[in-house]
Amino acid sequence: MIAIEHLSKTYASGHPALKSINLNIRRGEIFALLGPNGAGKTTLISIICGLVNPGAGRVLVDGYDIVQDYRAARTCIGLVPQELYSESFETVWATIRFSRGLFGKAPDDAYLEKLLRDLSLWDKKDARILDLSGGMKRRVMIAKALSHEPSVLFLDEPTAGVDVELRRDMWDMVRALRDRGVTVILTTHYIEEAEEMADRIGVIRQGEIILVEEKDRLMRQLGKKQLMVQLQHPLLEPPPELQVYALEYSTDGQTLTYTFDGHQEHNGMAELLRQLVELGIDFKDVQTRQSSLEEIFVNLVKAHP
Amino acid sequence: MNFYAVRAIYLFELQRAWRTLLQTIATPVISTSLYFVVFGSAIGSSMAEVQGVSYAAFIVPGLIMMMLLTESTANASFGIYMPRYSGAIYEVLSAPVSALEILLGYVGAAASKSIVLGLLILLTARLFVDYQIAHPIWMGVFLVLTAVTFSLMGFIIGLWADGWEKLQIVPALIITPLAFLGGSFYSIEMLPPIWQKIALLNPVVYLISGFRWSFYGISDVNPLISLGMTLVFLAICSLIVRWIFKTGYRLKN
Repeated sequence: MIAIEHLSKTYASGHPALKSINLNIRRGEIFALLGPNGAGKTTLISIICGLVNPGAGRVLVDGYDIVQDYRAARTCIGLVPQELYSESFETVWATIRFSRGLFGKAPDDAYLEKLLRDLSLWDKKDARILDLSGGMKRRVMIAKALSHEPSVLFLDEPTAGVDVELRRDMWDMVRALRDRGVTVILTTHYIEEAEEMADRIGVIRQGEIILVEEKDRLMRQLGKKQLMVQLQHPLLEPPPELQVYALEYSTDGQTLTYTFDGHQEHNGMAELLRQLVELGIDFKDVQTRQSSLEEIFVNLVKAHP
Repeated sequence: MNFYAVRAIYLFELQRAWRTLLQTIATPVISTSLYFVVFGSAIGSSMAEVQGVSYAAFIVPGLIMMMLLTESTANASFGIYMPRYSGAIYEVLSAPVSALEILLGYVGAAASKSIVLGLLILLTARLFVDYQIAHPIWMGVFLVLTAVTFSLMGFIIGLWADGWEKLQIVPALIITPLAFLGGSFYSIEMLPPIWQKIALLNPVVYLISGFRWSFYGISDVNPLISLGMTLVFLAICSLIVRWIFKTGYRLKN
């Protein structure tokens, strides 16, 4: 759906925001772009949407070059920017009608009514944007982006500053859009959000894409499993027989943690527990956990200094 | 051509004017009417005719032109500065619209508002002053050309300004003085010879002179020169706007 080839961007200040980015985003997927502040996420989105002039390279949206065929390319795109930008004194209805017209679509009040109802905004249609809460304003931004029925939706930090309930609503809405065939690209600081929604994940750092992977595969490949054993009595001196497991001991000696590859048939977990019994080390609780996407992300970024 | 986009921007801008009717329409009409009352009816009645026209009637084209210049500039500069200030400009920049379509929307709306205002003031003037329009078509041509040209200039100011203060500087410190000194209230023939020559450096002289000629057939400058100067100014503004869109100045990084 989106093909990015050798895209580079250096700002007038000399700051290289993007360094020869190559990326393909598939039709109908939810693609999460993760990266620390200043990594180039917003620059990348802004170039694709026409807000920032590209440097070298090219970008195709549904086969249309964003520079040569900008009309066709931009007609496909809806953008929800990070900030809540809008004409504060306008009504919700006026602003979404404006957005639809701006993208070259004939007025369709029935569609816009459905859109506002889906976003729980219909009863606010005559309210001035100025008078809406932050969460409602965020919904208006989404309504504006969807007003022209785009096939690609960019969400730049969509749930920044919104409450848990709205965040859940938005996740449901994004999944519903994906189910209707809309390609969704989102940048987020909330790793939980990417973990919850994304089909694929790209990690960008200092203007370079350092990884693109299916989320599930990424979690499997890079996610570690850990076994945490709560001991009955503190283990003050770890026995040498346990050295082979490279265990981590809590400072109070009450918990030992064993990190292993969850996909291996023989991961050593059973042997460790057997060994503890043989050594007479009693335990009162056993837990396993999988590392979160957040931990994977932090490790990835650390690994690419 | 993305007609829906042009229509959307145009109507959105007119809606803004409708919402602020008192400020956009009533204020300039009332303030210009006060000029007619004070300089036309009160002081004008005791003044001699200028180039064979009563003073009250003489100042009608100049006052309309003065209002047209200031309102066109203010409307267009505010129209494009406001979305830049609020950040809402992102939507226009990411939309499938060309520079020409953006201009048609914003400049078209600003010029339309000024033209309506000009005609309203012309009607209001009738309450105080008896005037004739010798060349109504030319009057319309000068009205439209001036409104479009100064709306373009306002658009440039709205893009150049990076604060509210700058937005006010050009209209307040350049356009209003040029309009006052451009013959709104007098014929430049009434000036000393050296000032007559200096006055010809003021582009507003040509606009007011041409516009006044369309009313009474009298002018300080040949009306064709006035028309030519208006077109030159229009071309300069168009080239600047074209450069702005080409480079993305103040619009894109």
